[in-house]
Amino acid sequence: MALLEVNALVKHFVARRSLLGRALAHVKAVDGVSFSLEAGKTLALVGESGCGKSTVSRLVLRLIEPDAGTIRFDGRDLLALDAGALRAFRREAQIIFQDPYASLNPRMTVGQILTEPLALHDLVPPARRAERVAELLRLVGLEPRLARRYPHEFSGGQRQRIAIARALAVEPKLIICDEPVSALDVSIRSQILNLLRELQDRLGLAYIFVSHDLAVVKHIADHVAVMNLGQIVETAEADALFAAPRHPYSRALLSAIPLPQPKAKRTTVLLEGEIPSALNPPAGCRFHTRCPFVIERCRSEPPALLADGTGHATACHRTAELPSAAAILPTAGGFSPALAKLVAAFSQKAEGTSLAGVGIQCAASATK
Amino acid sequence: MSASPLIEIKDLRIRFHGDDGRITHAVDSVDLSVANGATLGLVGESGCGKSVTSLAIMGLLPKQSAEISGAIRFDGFDLLTTPDQTLRDLRGNRLAMIFQEPMTSLNPSFTIGDQIIETILRHRGGSRRSARERAIELLRRVHIPSPERRIDDYPHKLSGGMRQRVMIAMALACDPRLLIADEPTTALDVTLQAQILELMRELKAASGAAIILITHDLGVVAEVCDEVAVMYAGEIVERAPVDELFSAPQHPYTVGLLGSIPRLDHRAEQLATIEGMVPNMAQPPAGCRFAARCPFVLDACTRLPPPLVEVSVGHLSRCIRAPLELLVS
Repeated sequence: MALLEVNALVKHFVARRSLLGRALAHVKAVDGVSFSLEAGKTLALVGESGCGKSTVSRLVLRLIEPDAGTIRFDGRDLLALDAGALRAFRREAQIIFQDPYASLNPRMTVGQILTEPLALHDLVPPARRAERVAELLRLVGLEPRLARRYPHEFSGGQRQRIAIARALAVEPKLIICDEPVSALDVSIRSQILNLLRELQDRLGLAYIFVSHDLAVVKHIADHVAVMNLGQIVETAEADALFAAPRHPYSRALLSAIPLPQPKAKRTTVLLEGEIPSALNPPAGCRFHTRCPFVIERCRSEPPALLADGTGHATACHRTAELPSAAAILPTAGGFSPALAKLVAAFSQKAEGTSLAGVGIQCAASATK
Repeated sequence: MSASPLIEIKDLRIRFHGDDGRITHAVDSVDLSVANGATLGLVGESGCGKSVTSLAIMGLLPKQSAEISGAIRFDGFDLLTTPDQTLRDLRGNRLAMIFQEPMTSLNPSFTIGDQIIETILRHRGGSRRSARERAIELLRRVHIPSPERRIDDYPHKLSGGMRQRVMIAMALACDPRLLIADEPTTALDVTLQAQILELMRELKAASGAAIILITHDLGVVAEVCDEVAVMYAGEIVERAPVDELFSAPQHPYTVGLLGSIPRLDHRAEQLATIEGMVPNMAQPPAGCRFAARCPFVLDACTRLPPPLVEVSVGHLSRCIRAPLELLVS
């Protein structure tokens, strides 16, 4: 049985009200989204600004209430939980946000930040809490002595580690990672991605990984759902999707990512025009205004998300007729032989000099 | 590449004097040059000095706190000694800049037309009507739909991608010789980023302007640049033609960066990481600034600052262990 099952989830926000408070316009943030997630696996929700991916992640935690649909977590109907049961559920599902500068209370020490969930859920007796905090810090590659410091004394990557430690404090089964590395520098980004993978292997965590960056998603996800304007347009095993994306929007997204390979031979699908507003999504297929393969039927009839035998589902009227995506896919061999050797030597030596995962423990030396 | 570069930076050093008396070495001995029509990528992570370098070129650093030495030669001027009045004539004219945040770099209380027209009138003069025509033409060049209507819109009515196009139109208003683009696509969604990058390539081909593109995204560099300079802790650590940098990097920091990005064209079980932290630039280390994080470090690295030396033609590295191939063969 899947850990999380989401069915026909809908969330419309009121955008404008009349003088008497009647809703005049709705932002259709999430409009009929279904997916499921196995324990210990990673599902990536991918899409551009305003596609509803963050709203889905908040609905799954019931941080906001859906207008329709069902969410089942570990067999329980989440939407039926009362306040007490909901609080208990939050022990099992946690969230990490994009901005590690805004998600930690600046007036609390790291020790206090990590103790709070332990105390709130009464997980660890007071006498043993300091010990558990030390354990959590080690788990995310920070030194236990840093528990006395305040968030401002840490770099962005270290703060993201603290946020991860806080999420882990309650021993959750599911962590929602909402653009967890988007605000970080590239070298720090790889540290956090490696850490998330390592923690998943060690603790059997399931992740919902919300991101706009398909290269990051390819690295971390088992399963991918591509969203456009509140709906899933394609969902598949990550390997299948990256090897042969079907929906024109997935193709455009994939081909738009600049490759760190100067002579890369591939065609970029340039989408014309702007992303339509979710306030007034286009009729028919919501992608038809930007789709290079649009036909008359797309303008009036919304396509259903249909799966083939392998579970690869696409919401497009023309799935069967579309040309092969081979031209837009990056050719393999992005690493020259020389670079591959150098990177291997770099990683090997780096691991030799510091114990894996525990190498980033000293706080910013610039802070006194 | 032509013999005399359009812009030549020699031994640029920038120090910031903090209120508390601390001095931060933001940029140290930077040498750069860009030929007419070429695109140079300036790459590095937060705080490496790439944006400060570009602000120094534009003469936009605060005079009270920034101490600048060296020379920036552009079009017969040394920009560091040019009087403010002359600089104002150059900026927005032969020297233009696009910033990352199109939301904050447009004035919200004027229409986009007013803002483009102001630039044209300031530098080119002429009638308001002809300036307006030129503004519409510019908006058309950056692919803004129905520019004759859009020109009277206020910035808040435009989306992020459109605003960035307006910024580009404004930068192009007076046919600049040098365009500095500081993370021009970082705030945009990928499909919009692809549009803007395509636009920049198009404009480069049409105008022959030189471009300095500042970015942290190595993918963007690979797609639009001819040459790359990698900065770390205020210094250029490697400079190379774009193909060379990506196929045979000669500085360990570049190797670490290339190994740490998740890529669509390569599958890595584990990404490379660069352990440790950027040094405190109030007290930069005596030797190589990357030494503390470098897996290939030797004792000699920590003693003397390494010079930027040519490893092969046009490929410079600030590493005493270069060429790095010797380390892995």
